[in-house]
Amino acid sequence: MTAHAASPDAMVSVRNLWKVFGPKAAEVPKSPQLQQLSRRELMDQAGCTAAVRDATFDVSRGEVFVIMGLSGSGKSTLIRLLTRLIEPTAGQLLLEGDDLMTRDTKAMRDLRRSKVSMVFQHFGLLPHRRVVDNVSYGLEIRGVDKATRTRRAMEVIELVGLSGYERSFPHQLSGGMQQRVGLARALAGDPDMLLFDEPFSALDPLIRRDMQAEVIRLHKEMGKTMIFVTHDLSEALKLGDRILIMRDGAMVQTGTGDQLVGAPADEYVRNFVQDVPRSHVLTLRWVARPERLGEEVADLTLPADTIIRDAIRCVISAGRPVRVVDGGSGGAGGSGGKVLGVVGEDEILTSIAGLEDE
Amino acid sequence: MSTAAVASVPTWRRPGRLVASLAVLVVWSLLYLVLRGRDTLPLGETETTPLHQSFNHLSDSIASNRNSSPLFVYFFNYLQIWMTQFVTFVQSLISQPGFGRPAPLIGWLGVLALGGFLAWLLAGWRSAVLAVLGFAFIGWQGLWTEAMDTLALTLAAVLIAVVIGIPIGIWIGLSRKAARVITPILDFMQIMPTFVYLAPLTLLFLIGPASSTIAVLIYSIPPVIRITGHAIRSVPESTTEASDSLGATRWQTLTQVMLPMAKRTIVMGINQTTMAALSMVTIAALISAPGLGQTVLQALTTLDVGTAFNGGLAIVIMAIVLDRTTTAAGEGTERTFEHGLPPRLRWGVAGLGAIVTAVLVWESATFWWANTFPTGHSIGPSIVSGVASASTWIQDTFSGVTNVLKNLISGGLLDPLQTLLTESPFWLVIIALTALAAILGGRWAALSTVVCLLIVVGLNLWQNSMETLAATLIATVLTMVFAIVIGVAMGRSRRVDRIVRPTLDAGQVMPAFVYLVPFLVLFGASRFTAIVSAMVYAVPPAAKVIADGIRGVSESTVEAATSAGASTWQIIHQVQLPMASRALALATNQGLIYVLAMVVVGGMVGAGGLGYQVVNGFVQDRFIGKGLAAGLAIVLLGLMLDRISQAVASRVDPSGAR
Ligand SMILES: Nc1ncnc2c1ncn2[C@@H]1O[C@H](COP(=O)(O)OP(=O)(O)OP(=O)(O)O)[C@@H](O)[C@H]1O
Ligand SMILES: [Mg+2]
Repeated sequence: MTAHAASPDAMVSVRNLWKVFGPKAAEVPKSPQLQQLSRRELMDQAGCTAAVRDATFDVSRGEVFVIMGLSGSGKSTLIRLLTRLIEPTAGQLLLEGDDLMTRDTKAMRDLRRSKVSMVFQHFGLLPHRRVVDNVSYGLEIRGVDKATRTRRAMEVIELVGLSGYERSFPHQLSGGMQQRVGLARALAGDPDMLLFDEPFSALDPLIRRDMQAEVIRLHKEMGKTMIFVTHDLSEALKLGDRILIMRDGAMVQTGTGDQLVGAPADEYVRNFVQDVPRSHVLTLRWVARPERLGEEVADLTLPADTIIRDAIRCVISAGRPVRVVDGGSGGAGGSGGKVLGVVGEDEILTSIAGLEDE
Repeated sequence: MSTAAVASVPTWRRPGRLVASLAVLVVWSLLYLVLRGRDTLPLGETETTPLHQSFNHLSDSIASNRNSSPLFVYFFNYLQIWMTQFVTFVQSLISQPGFGRPAPLIGWLGVLALGGFLAWLLAGWRSAVLAVLGFAFIGWQGLWTEAMDTLALTLAAVLIAVVIGIPIGIWIGLSRKAARVITPILDFMQIMPTFVYLAPLTLLFLIGPASSTIAVLIYSIPPVIRITGHAIRSVPESTTEASDSLGATRWQTLTQVMLPMAKRTIVMGINQTTMAALSMVTIAALISAPGLGQTVLQALTTLDVGTAFNGGLAIVIMAIVLDRTTTAAGEGTERTFEHGLPPRLRWGVAGLGAIVTAVLVWESATFWWANTFPTGHSIGPSIVSGVASASTWIQDTFSGVTNVLKNLISGGLLDPLQTLLTESPFWLVIIALTALAAILGGRWAALSTVVCLLIVVGLNLWQNSMETLAATLIATVLTMVFAIVIGVAMGRSRRVDRIVRPTLDAGQVMPAFVYLVPFLVLFGASRFTAIVSAMVYAVPPAAKVIADGIRGVSESTVEAATSAGASTWQIIHQVQLPMASRALALATNQGLIYVLAMVVVGGMVGAGGLGYQVVNGFVQDRFIGKGLAAGLAIVLLGLMLDRISQAVASRVDPSGAR
């Protein structure tokens, strides 16, 4: 179980991390017998809840890593463990190769002040402070002088598109604007990593889309590592480079969006992803079939990483199957890359109709 | 759905219990007829028993140990000296000669200016006008010095309460463990009738400012502690967590997040503490605290209704001023950072105000005319004589009506119960009450009952205790009748609630003493006066609890009953009242505690019982011991009633409240 070594270029490495709530919390991760118990049994026998069980994963620098799961699956707990806002029960936690579990309270505080910031579902703004003072609060507690922190706050307020509202109080702003303040507050300290705990679930759909676009833009501009909790799969697919799916505290599957949709690890994941239009997520790699002997194929190739949706027009207008190549640039004549197979109208249509499983 | 709701009749309303209770009452009454007059443990008004005398000796020996026992030398005496010095200091600022001057440092003009200025600063101009006019009127009543004494004592106590109470409140807000330890202590401090701890305190701290201030603190510090704790606990976790996530220290989160967010609520706590302090400062007149309470007390004991009314009116005015100012200050904390004058202008006006105030304060310190309130045109005497003759006129003219009322309550309700309690053999009473407690409240309630009553027997004050118990029970029944009517009306209609609630709130901030005055004017000195004032004192808290309970009955249930064709009356008594039964039980608990406190105070105006013995203990040295015993008996009765009613409340099926 402890086979994974921390990879050197990982921003965050989590190894066998546990969080158990309850009177005998510390015993659960140690006892192989207690570890086996289901959530219900653990509650009955030991009076404990294992909110996070044996989590192991890496997040690389600059990656957007999404944690998903149903309510109560331990997402919020897991993301809080990363800066020890909740104290882990057992396991290892490394940030840029640096062991966080050995740090004392003060060192953890310094880390929260400078390296990792968090954005919360319910914003957590200070109602008695104006926007600018909310944004600069993090700098204030670091002891930055007023002029500097106000200047910095103005910069990030502009960055998140809130210019003109610096002197408003939070309750005078809409939910979306309040979350922009939360975002600005997290950005003000120029952290290396941002943590988001369902930041947009309290917002209505249109605003949520704006905010998602905002996060994508900020990620492009600044390239910060982001860990993002959500229970909205389309949000996960839109934002995440990789997605971790949790259930009852345990990790069920980790992978890119098309891996989850194309090869769900079990029924739980399958249920999760069943409503996603497969053609919007899967790439040609997932639907290519072997070329039949003597089959006529089109005189062009497509890269295997093309999303099916984007290949529809091309394949239909070609009128016959198209070769799919791995790593190649595609295009007329076809060049480079290994041929994985072909994709024809049939493959495209079944994937659009979502029929492969049947 | 409505039938399901009606079917879940809470346990204590099950017919079985009711029948059993009635059976106990019937058997008791029958046995009473047979055993009447036996083992009634009588004790004459001026008689004392060896136990009471030994209490007297105890108090003597405490007095003689004052300068030798280390507990006194190193603790109580210091506390006493510090308190005395502090209170004397505050008094010499506004009410008494001091600092080697023949008059207080700040005279009436200065107090009016300072009061107005501070009220304006903290609570806005309305409060400022109210404060100035209110205090000026009290001066006009001829009660300036008394009022300033009351104000000085109140402010001194509030200052200490805030300095001690807010940190403790923060502590219990942050730590569950601390809350578990401290909350029961606060409960106890609050259910003890105020009357009771005055005498023991004077044993420890002598008669004087120290014991009255400590008594005031005991009564008034719980609200600020509780409410501060509540305020800290109600800061949303999402906010404190956000602060933690930014790397704030605990101290930073406390001072920059929690306290600012809790500020408004904490000010409400200070408001409640202030009102409680004022109430207790007036009651501390019993142990010679100076001020308006003294005026009222002396008038009450000589049944001088005119003077009592004049003093009571001044107390009411002071209560209104203090309440409005502190309430508005709480509301103001939210306002100040949004509306109002632009900051620069505000500072300018504040500066100007400060200068004017300083000049007026200086004048009042320097010139006689600005220091001592002019007495030439006082309306005090006219109020005193006017009320006195009005009282005589009312009592003469309406004696028909009031006597009917009095006789109905006293003769029809109180006397039978009192006779049953005092004329039955004591052991029969104990058995009967214990049986009732067991039926209604269960094992533990029965145990508390039997223990409390046995100790009461041991205190040799059986008859007095039963008189007080009878009055308390009758007043509580009447209180609940009114509280249910008012509470149901409030709970069912938001409009009624909006109109009635402020009145109830205002009623609750009035010091207990004041309640006696109007009824003394109307009914003269009697048990009835005590019962009516106890009712008026206890109805507001009980009605509010009931109103909230009724409102808590889910709308959908009421809707379902309505759609099933239930009439308004059916909805009230078959759906809302049963489902609010827990609130009813809690309201009864509150009602009992409030009533007991007031019935005891009524001992001063002819209600007799334990209250009279307590007062007598203050007045005559010979009865100190008996007074102490009476105080203990009151605590025991209070404990017993509290335990029983709490037990009943906790037995009420909580699902009924859903
Ligand atoms: N302080 C705590 N004490 C005890 N149990 C807790 C505590 N915090 C969380 N839990 C339990 O841990 C489990 C995981 O909770 P968590 O809040 O991490 O879930 P979540 O995935 O974030 O759910 P949601 O989508 O509702 O936010 C839940 O069963 C919860 O009851
Ligand atoms: Mg969560």
